[in-house]
Amino acid sequence: MNNLWGDSLSSFWSSWIIFITLGTIALSVWILLANRRTDKTPDAEGNVETTGHAADGIEEYDNPLPKWWFQLFVLTVVFALGYLVLYPGLGNYAGVLGWSQESQWEEEVAQAEERFTPIFAQYQEVPIPELAEDSEAMQVAERIYQNNCAVCHGSNAQGGYGFPNLTDDDWLYGGEPENILTTLHNGRNGLMPSWQQLGQENIENLTQYVLSLSNEAHDEERAEQGESTFMAVCAACHGPNAMGNTAIGAPNLTDDIWLYLAPGQEVGDSIRQTLRNGRNGHMPAQAAYIGEERVHLVAAYVYSLRLED
Amino acid sequence: MKHEIVEKNVGLLAVLILVAISFGGLAEVVPLFFQKQTTEPVEGLEPLSALELEGRGIYRREGCVGCHSQMVRPFRAETERYGHYNVAGEQVYEHNFLWGSKRTGPDLARVGGRYSDDWHRAHLYNPRDVVPESIMPAYPWLFENTLDGEATPRKMRTLRTLGVPYTDEDIDNAAEEVRGTQEITALVAYLQQLGTVLEGTR
Repeated sequence: MNNLWGDSLSSFWSSWIIFITLGTIALSVWILLANRRTDKTPDAEGNVETTGHAADGIEEYDNPLPKWWFQLFVLTVVFALGYLVLYPGLGNYAGVLGWSQESQWEEEVAQAEERFTPIFAQYQEVPIPELAEDSEAMQVAERIYQNNCAVCHGSNAQGGYGFPNLTDDDWLYGGEPENILTTLHNGRNGLMPSWQQLGQENIENLTQYVLSLSNEAHDEERAEQGESTFMAVCAACHGPNAMGNTAIGAPNLTDDIWLYLAPGQEVGDSIRQTLRNGRNGHMPAQAAYIGEERVHLVAAYVYSLRLED
Repeated sequence: MKHEIVEKNVGLLAVLILVAISFGGLAEVVPLFFQKQTTEPVEGLEPLSALELEGRGIYRREGCVGCHSQMVRPFRAETERYGHYNVAGEQVYEHNFLWGSKRTGPDLARVGGRYSDDWHRAHLYNPRDVVPESIMPAYPWLFENTLDGEATPRKMRTLRTLGVPYTDEDIDNAAEEVRGTQEITALVAYLQQLGTVLEGTR
């Protein structure tokens, strides 16, 4: 971990701080005492000393500060000195209590770890399909999901434009526990290149062919022409039967699930857009953010989504 | 000392006020200018690229700092959610600091890499598209405006006078690098590097 208060102050700066801090307190005390007037007894003629200020014949008494007020000032000085003894404030002096911002944080973290580590460790042991049935574990997992995953995949896990739906049985990278774990752990980078260079004609033919794969309305003639291009260009990733390849996240083109179908968009337009511009799906790796144990739990949560209804 | 002297000489009063209020700064702030942990960059810290720098400018222009802090404090509740707390060495090339003081939205000090570029673009175009309950404003004009890069080299030169180690090459290529780029691309590039320098930020 990176040290917030790593290197201590040089002795010069340490003394500098101590001198100014204590000097300020001493100065405050001096001002307080030097200005303190306690004598307010009238003189022989019965006159009380005034400040000499007069307005319309009204004179201003020079009475001392009320006692409670004076004592409040004294109290602040006592508090300051007490604080400086107990807590770090005077240069390199660490204070009697040994408190530091960093150690307080470390203590908080250690306490939490002591409390939560056994719980997570216990879940870590349970295989994902079994863990997915554990309703208590899934409550914990759902919280982790909502805090970390829902931002992209939605609070109902149904995804959105460009963000996969996790509740269906269509998986870009496979839906088995180990696939989900790998996805969460390492993240995924989907790469659909742009095929602009094939030219307008070929892109249109390919679009019609891809539409025909899922029995969408299409132009029969163009689809036929597109097939050979598909086999030459697209089949490498999507497979000759266009069923996709979970090893590289190439989607199945024969179903009616379209990741990049904007609301209200025609399927054909979405396919054309994909072919022209390519797509870059990116799932950030989560292990570094939420840690192994939580990855395991979230994987079980994602797995559990298929068990509902 | 007679109050009268001080009270009747505004100049003297001003000087004494300045002296009185300077003690705190002298003790708490001045030593920081001479501490390694506040003046030396953490290992691996690079100045922002021209594109990221322009993104930072947009971040400032659009007032992101008004609702998003960039300051993870050393409390478990924060480090649990956002990652490792800020350290001074990460911020030595920051002029000005964008720590912020209000969190209407989440802290962004370590947002880099958390979400995909696509997510940021969708989110900035209309936050409700990806986070239905969001109250963040939409920034659709970032997709229409493009950068001309004219001021970029000047900005970098200015930063260099403040100690950011840009090379002549960086500055010469700056305008070229950003010219014609959408503002959203620059902003996302800036966001994606936030807080990514420290290793093991969890």
